Amino acid sequence: MIGDFFSATGSLLSIVFSASFIASAIAFSVVMLFGTVGELITERAGHLNLGVEGMMLLGASMGYFAAVRSSSLFLAILFACVGAGFGALLYAILTVTLRVNQNVAGLALSIFGAGLANSLGSKVSNTSTPDNIAKIFKLKPFSLSSPSGPFLTFINKAFLSHNIYVYVAVLVAVVATVFLFKTRAGLELRLTGENTAAADASGIKVTRIKYFYIILGGMLCGIGGLYLPLVQQGSWTSNMTAGQGWLVVALVIFVRWHPIKAIAGAYVFGSLTILGFSVQLNERLSSIPIFNQYIMSMFPYLLTVVVLIAFSFRKKAWPGPKEIGRPYFREER
Amino acid sequence: MFRISKKESFSKKEAISYRLIGFLIGIVLSGIIIAALGYPVIKTFISLAEGSFGSAIAIRNTISFLIPLSVTALGLSIAFKMRYWNIGGEGQILMGATAAMGVSMIMPASTPGPLMMIAMLLAGFVGGSVWALIPGFFRIHMKTNETLFTLMMNYLAICFVQYLYFELWKDPAKMGFPGIQDIPFKARIPYVSGVSLAIVAPLIIVILVFFLIKKTKLGYEIRVVGESEPTAHYAGMNVKKIMFVGVLLSGGIVGIAGAVKLMGSTGTLSSSLGGGAGFTAIVIAWLANLSAPMIIVVSFLIAALEQGAQFIQVRMGVPAAVADIVKGLILMSVLGSEFMLRYKVVVGAHGAKNKLDAIPSDKEEVHHVEPIVETKENAL
Repeated sequence: MIGDFFSATGSLLSIVFSASFIASAIAFSVVMLFGTVGELITERAGHLNLGVEGMMLLGASMGYFAAVRSSSLFLAILFACVGAGFGALLYAILTVTLRVNQNVAGLALSIFGAGLANSLGSKVSNTSTPDNIAKIFKLKPFSLSSPSGPFLTFINKAFLSHNIYVYVAVLVAVVATVFLFKTRAGLELRLTGENTAAADASGIKVTRIKYFYIILGGMLCGIGGLYLPLVQQGSWTSNMTAGQGWLVVALVIFVRWHPIKAIAGAYVFGSLTILGFSVQLNERLSSIPIFNQYIMSMFPYLLTVVVLIAFSFRKKAWPGPKEIGRPYFREER
Repeated sequence: MFRISKKESFSKKEAISYRLIGFLIGIVLSGIIIAALGYPVIKTFISLAEGSFGSAIAIRNTISFLIPLSVTALGLSIAFKMRYWNIGGEGQILMGATAAMGVSMIMPASTPGPLMMIAMLLAGFVGGSVWALIPGFFRIHMKTNETLFTLMMNYLAICFVQYLYFELWKDPAKMGFPGIQDIPFKARIPYVSGVSLAIVAPLIIVILVFFLIKKTKLGYEIRVVGESEPTAHYAGMNVKKIMFVGVLLSGGIVGIAGAVKLMGSTGTLSSSLGGGAGFTAIVIAWLANLSAPMIIVVSFLIAALEQGAQFIQVRMGVPAAVADIVKGLILMSVLGSEFMLRYKVVVGAHGAKNKLDAIPSDKEEVHHVEPIVETKENAL
């Protein structure tokens, strides 16, 4: 019994630490990494946007539509930003200007976004990514041509053999960290989300800040979503984000509103998502009930739940930007 | 410039007219988007109406969409009244159906039909309420964020039902194909002249929920908790207990929606049984301003939209997803129109009369910064 447990654990570890698993987990976490950084910036402005799923789909469909019709990568990214940014703009008008409850506005956005994206996507559902764009993402710019020794081979296969989109995602997280904690604009953003009245009183244009970062956050979600049809799958499927947008909302809490931690967080969630498939291929493990594919597909959600509960135990833990959920208005009494 | 202040009060007539304006704006915006997608707008809307009301079959189909939507929205509205964000409707529907399915599988085949149906409905209630109470427990005792917790419970339920579907409850009679057996025929809700008798469920539940919220002590307490938890606490109410019962009832009713869907239409369990009703019901509950009778009315409109969407897909090749565009935009514009109801915008006013409130900023002109009002009130 115990021997079984150890050998099962051994098999699991050998899967999880194999270069090919790490490589696919990284590739799988790109969408969530972009989304997490985007949602995190939005929440730092004091706005919980539950519409991530909708914005990702909007970005994916508009961007992919543009890619198919124009064969231009630039236009694809531009339209992913326009689509998701438009969704975020609607959310901003509702929650910043019209003081609508953030939860309901976010849900409305995810329904609207999915509807518009699936309608638009159905026009390009029988096409694949144009060759010239697909070629760009077949390149592995940092891959070593002839790695020497097992260590370098491992590193090369796991971390260096990715397309440019993956590294841009990591770069965005790093830039967001520097911006958030080392610049004056980042400080103003954090202050707005922590205490809008104080930010307002100190002369910060809070409405402008909120609009700007909600839309910027939405655009990042859209760029993340675009990865799915354009690179990962190479074609459009309706509702192709398959709940990743909701995982992003959870991830932001998991990484404590910190973009650099989002890199690790997205990787953990990405690997949990694909673990079920990998385990299924291993005969020894797939016969054990808990390693069942469908049971394992619960793990990302279970982890989120555990994290939510764990942080409610820690009473002193920072509960996130304080203005989340509170509409702000200068009111004359 | 302009400034915004809260209105003292508004009449019911005003409330309804603003909502109607919001509704119309939503329709117009949807029309613009549909046109931008390259579909004929007027024809799409006419076909939507034709597909949902145009024939006896259409109306029957609309009603079959209405049943799970309205029951779910009624259940969710109880939680929303407490400002408890039960976004877990989809999961509670599935777990209600799962529990009902389980009961139908373990009960001996000789059980009389009505007895089995009652047992399945009760199981649906229990399944939904247990699934709702897991996040509810942590929210009540540890202030765990219920919005995200209930959301995650949806996906856990979907994965769990997939596990049942592909592994644990796989029907051997299906010769290796995945799938769960059908419920016994006697446990299926009968049809009368083409309309499922399951329509009784929303009609009974709407009365019960209306009565609960408006006429009982618990309903009053639920409303007070929703207005302000501290107030309820100072008034000597047992907030934890009220919330517990509220979540239990909310999840239980949603669970019944799942059991009814199982017994009245699908006849077997799969992870797509909910079909997004758990999310759409949230829209319905808020569009109806959490009023039980209005939920039936709004459910009917949204059910018509969903049924009409199937129709336009087949008839005109317009994707059914267009219904989601209309749904989302109507919700957004109705919610947005609430703003005009609750606040007034004063253009060109000179700001605060009380000069003490005015503090100079680093710019030359003087901004008036009034103290913000701590308010729980937001959307509706």
